[in-house]
Amino acid sequence: MNARRLVSPLVTLALVLILADVAWHFFSWAIWHAVWTLPENASHAPNTDLCRAALGHGACWPVIKEKFRFILFGFYPYDEQWRPALVILCFVVLFGLSLAPRWWRPSLLLVWVVAFALIGVLMWGGVLGLAFVAEDQWGGLPITLILATLGLAAAFPLAILVALARRAEGLPVIRLLAVAYVELIRGVPLISLLFMSSVMLPLFLPPAWDIDKLIRAQLAFVLFAGAYLAEVVRAGLAALPRGQYEAAAALGLSYAQSTRLIILPQALRQVIPMLVNTFIGFFKDTSLVLIIGIFDLMTTGRTATLEPAWQGFGNEVYLLLAAIYFAFCFIMARISRTLERRLAAPHRNIEEPA
Amino acid sequence: MNDRAETAIVFEDVHKWYGKVHVLRGLSLTVARGERLVICGPSGSGKSTMIRCINRLERHEKGRILVENTELSDEPRALAAIRREVGMVFQSFNLFPHLSVLDNCTLAPIRVRGLARADAEARAMEYLKRVRIPEQARKYPPQLSGGQQQRVAIARALCMQPKIMLFDEPTSALDPEMVREVLDVMIELAETGMTMLCVTHEMGFARRVADRVLFMDQGEIVESGPPQDIFDRPRAARLRVFLDQILHHG
Ligand SMILES: Nc1ncnc2c1ncn2[C@@H]1O[C@H](COP(=O)(O)OP(=O)(O)O)[C@@H](O)[C@H]1O
Ligand SMILES: [Mg+2]
Repeated sequence: MNARRLVSPLVTLALVLILADVAWHFFSWAIWHAVWTLPENASHAPNTDLCRAALGHGACWPVIKEKFRFILFGFYPYDEQWRPALVILCFVVLFGLSLAPRWWRPSLLLVWVVAFALIGVLMWGGVLGLAFVAEDQWGGLPITLILATLGLAAAFPLAILVALARRAEGLPVIRLLAVAYVELIRGVPLISLLFMSSVMLPLFLPPAWDIDKLIRAQLAFVLFAGAYLAEVVRAGLAALPRGQYEAAAALGLSYAQSTRLIILPQALRQVIPMLVNTFIGFFKDTSLVLIIGIFDLMTTGRTATLEPAWQGFGNEVYLLLAAIYFAFCFIMARISRTLERRLAAPHRNIEEPA
Repeated sequence: MNDRAETAIVFEDVHKWYGKVHVLRGLSLTVARGERLVICGPSGSGKSTMIRCINRLERHEKGRILVENTELSDEPRALAAIRREVGMVFQSFNLFPHLSVLDNCTLAPIRVRGLARADAEARAMEYLKRVRIPEQARKYPPQLSGGQQQRVAIARALCMQPKIMLFDEPTSALDPEMVREVLDVMIELAETGMTMLCVTHEMGFARRVADRVLFMDQGEIVESGPPQDIFDRPRAARLRVFLDQILHHG
């Protein structure tokens, strides 16, 4: 007890000192010794000599100013980049709406569908006087947001179906298929699935089915996320007492009714934290598409500092990437917290019988 | 008694196995409309299995079961029709914890019977009054005591206005002081002329409401008759041992 009284403040003090030291070094690099503006050279490009002199002890923030449009939008035609910018705004508004419980009503689903149609029109164009932009020119943050959001929006219903199929008594074939799907996909790294979707799949499909690399990656992503989410949903289903199924059946509810009204609402709310954990994991896993040459946010960030003049200033760019990823994951975590609080099963509060 | 119009339930040589365990060994039984049947017997004798065969929460493997003149089979329409007419109350209540008491009571009438919400709610309030907890309608099941939950479960089943009510040990999960309030509700229900099958060891209740008591042991109906015969003049040795046990050990 005495020892603990003595040790605890010492540990606290040590931690504070270490944190202060780290914070001081970061502050000194990011602000005190940082380069904020650069002179232009003869060809009106920034002269990075100043940054190079500060390399190692001062941050070079002009790299962000110079590259942020490329990082955010990749090779999307420069003059049309207001379109992906609007798409990002669309996503932020969508997430924002979904965060507020007072918007949780069936029409929110319609909003999502309309928003995705709008996003498609903005990205592709070809209608309403917008120039057509093929998927191989897309890049940066919109790619990441589309892959993650559309992927999870498709993977989640798939996961529910698979989880239900895995528990389908009396349908051994369906059950076996569901088990095979989950085990096969879980047993393979996402990278190899992405390779398969980009390299092998075209070999098997008839040439007329020449679907774009991005869509194939999206499919691989849906399959992968679906398998993991299915296991989470299954855990929720397994935690539900048998009596709930029996009471629903005894009241005459059909399988579909009892699943939709009794089973899933309870099973899913049990596993919200695990679901959101998986969502966040997959949001960040979209960065793996860089290995099949899709320019998502991570890839544009890496590519931004390949140009000789800007080589060596990756730290600044990675900080920006981290901030963007964090912002979106933080939104998801907040949605999860709100959901958990709103849907928490009412707790027993003992009171006097009336 | 065998007049079709007067018959609620018929068992004809019903058998069931769990794997190799033979849990129902040739049950034959006819329950008349409006009859109140109490089923007792030692734990594991097959009482729950038998009663759960009536709404096909368990499937029998041999023999025939007719409920309201419809034979139980895998035919979904017939099964749905039977489940609409058979209400069930479980030992562990099995209320839906994510729905309010009122929603527990209106769910099936709206979804299965196709009632309008307003009508379903009016009916639910009426039955919640009958079980004497209308003031709890907006609460959620986990906020209620065991006795209150079981009374909600009874109201929920009654809201479907079934022709037959099944009770599987409705008071055995309750604290002793709450048994009374549930039994009172069941006695009142019995007085309305509802066909009731009730698995219970509450002898006072059986004596008061039962037209007939069945004693089951090892998957068979060993003895059946009016409560005073079964409890006061038991013939089978197994029944005497059983009565001895529940009288002396609660
Ligand atoms: N799902 C099941 N699987 C295997 N055996 C079971 C199952 N349910 C019940 N049994 C067995 O069937 C017999 C009858 O059980 P049950 O009908 O619950 O008896 P009771 O309700 O009279 O206590 C018991 O031996 C029990 O162990
Ligand atoms: Mg039992």
